[in-house]
Amino acid sequence: MLKTSLYFVAIALLCAGLADIEVTTLNPWDELQRIFLGALRPDLLALYSFKSALLNTLTFAFCGLALGALLGAILSFFFHLHCVRLACAFVRAIHEIFWAFIFLPIVGLNPICGVLAIALPYAGIFAKVYAEILQEADAKPLRGLPIHTRALVRFFYGVLPGVYADLANYTAYRFECALRSSAVLGFIGLPTLGFHLETAFREGLYAQAAALLYIFYLLIASLKYWFKAKLAPLYVALSLLLISKDIAFSWSNISRFLTYEILPWPMRRQGFLDGSRDIALPWSSLWQWLSNIFTSEIGPGLYHTILLTQIALVGTGLFTLLAFAALSHHFTGPISRRVARYIMVVVRTTPEYILAYVFVLLWGPSMLPAIVAITLHNGAILAHLSGQRADLITLSPDAPKGRVNRYFYEILPRIYGPFLAFLFYRWEIIMRESALLGILGIYTLGFFIDSAIADDKLDKAMLIIFSTALLNMAIDSISQRVRQHLRITPGTVNTLDE
Amino acid sequence: MFDLRGLSVAYDDEPVLRDISLRIQAGEKVVVVGPSGAGKSTLLKKLYELRQNDSAFVHQDYALVPQLSVFHNVCIGRLDFNGTLYNLLNLVRPKKEQRQRVQPILDALGIGDKCFAPVHSLSGGQQQRVAVARAIYRNSSVLLGDEPVSSIDPHQANAVLQIIKGSSKTVVLSLHDIDLALELFDRIIGLRAGRIAFDLPSAEVSEPMLADLFKPC
Repeated sequence: MLKTSLYFVAIALLCAGLADIEVTTLNPWDELQRIFLGALRPDLLALYSFKSALLNTLTFAFCGLALGALLGAILSFFFHLHCVRLACAFVRAIHEIFWAFIFLPIVGLNPICGVLAIALPYAGIFAKVYAEILQEADAKPLRGLPIHTRALVRFFYGVLPGVYADLANYTAYRFECALRSSAVLGFIGLPTLGFHLETAFREGLYAQAAALLYIFYLLIASLKYWFKAKLAPLYVALSLLLISKDIAFSWSNISRFLTYEILPWPMRRQGFLDGSRDIALPWSSLWQWLSNIFTSEIGPGLYHTILLTQIALVGTGLFTLLAFAALSHHFTGPISRRVARYIMVVVRTTPEYILAYVFVLLWGPSMLPAIVAITLHNGAILAHLSGQRADLITLSPDAPKGRVNRYFYEILPRIYGPFLAFLFYRWEIIMRESALLGILGIYTLGFFIDSAIADDKLDKAMLIIFSTALLNMAIDSISQRVRQHLRITPGTVNTLDE
Repeated sequence: MFDLRGLSVAYDDEPVLRDISLRIQAGEKVVVVGPSGAGKSTLLKKLYELRQNDSAFVHQDYALVPQLSVFHNVCIGRLDFNGTLYNLLNLVRPKKEQRQRVQPILDALGIGDKCFAPVHSLSGGQQQRVAVARAIYRNSSVLLGDEPVSSIDPHQANAVLQIIKGSSKTVVLSLHDIDLALELFDRIIGLRAGRIAFDLPSAEVSEPMLADLFKPC
């Protein structure tokens, strides 16, 4: 385990040497000061004008989650089929924002785009987790059923009662993630909280931005009081009623996207120029087009994405190893532990995209803000999980009293296995985030996807998104192999794959 | 009803039943006794496999759905007699006619007040009664039970066994309480190391026979 860890650290150091890490803004501290002032004096009155954005954030999340859970539940029954598993891995591998990019030209900038962008990747995740839960279901009750019971009845009487609580818990936990996704979708123009956050940040209205963030934290923190599995159907029904019906939906748009706009430009070029919209198959220029995109966009995009991923992965690990101690009763007293916990909750509740956005404001676009944002967000999540794991350990009365000794001799050796498993589970998520943060001007894959979308080159955008998904699936399978090789499991994984 | 000839069963090359020949007529009330590991459970499971459609089985570990109510667990006994839609509706909203048939069985077994309690909230003995109720509710011509009263105290076990005996034409049980077996049942089969040691009317089973059956190997 130690050797593998050191390999990863060495790779990260190498990547850090190659990466562009710098502060390009002239006065980062002035900006930070203004942000702090804004955070201290949030413009709560402005919230009134954002109430529709708040409602949209909620309704998109509810509808997206419900549709995703429904699709995922259906798919989970077919998860033993190789093609279903692969399809689910593929839709999972593409970030919600990239899905929104795909749906934007098809259905337009409307609620359907937001709901689908959440529902599709979530369906892939739900299918996987539901299938795992079903697989682990207790088989004993099934033996008590009469032999000729119909399959559907067998499921509802013999299987579902046993797994219902797990399914409901996981789905409910996902709602928090759906809220984050929904809010972040605003950054690319959908009418959720992120839209106003982006405006406020861009115009330097930090008091307004702070108010928006606070309301978002409040929403997440209050979930446990109003979000109950029993009430979920009611909330979904309400969301369907309240969701904006401002939908201009045209089938011709969809078919044009799927049969025309998505085709590589060389195939459409001649028909476009002479106005006939004919499609040709000029092999040589098609090859030229492909190799151009590979050398000037996908290649550099992959390179920077992998650099960022590897640095942020090790950064997340180091941050976790430091921060979990602050959350564990083996190292901190009740008051400082409580303070540490609040800080971690705020950091992990803030979507990594928003963290990165703020850091880019402070330091200008380079890998630095992305590394820090990914490290903090993921590190806070893993510190929480590792801290919980550490608190399960009971030390013998003669254990070392000094904190450093206790850390290195008693606690760290015991939790290092689960910690590494947590971290490797997070690897593909970190990669997805690394690609995404390119939208903020770092040359990872997201940058090239964003540019292609901005230039209305949907064919190119789709190709880069496809490559991003392949990279993600590759990392997922490498991570699986490393975990198998090291024989590490985190115990409960349900709350890990986001 | 059952006619086994030279049945042998082995798990992982380890023989569990050896050359069992056995006839059970319709209407017989039979108990299988023997030390643990003698193959009682395997024999009962074999009998169940032979006539799954018209028998009910009380599993040793009850095979209940802990999260469902007593009522629904009992209804499971007759799922194959009803249509899919009927069963699903019954799950959402208990059908009146089902309740009317389930309630008397629960009353007789002394758990009439637990009809809509989830099974996981019940004690072990109560759960076993639910498993018995399910088998009785199935109303099949054969009732098989693998230690169906193991968690019920001897006095009440007698009453439960009487109910089981009266519920189906043919009853085959395994019991560890020999006195109850001799008192209530007509025919006793002694099983030892996978073979039938004796197969006699209860009146002819003697103390030395039993001592021989249970003596250490």
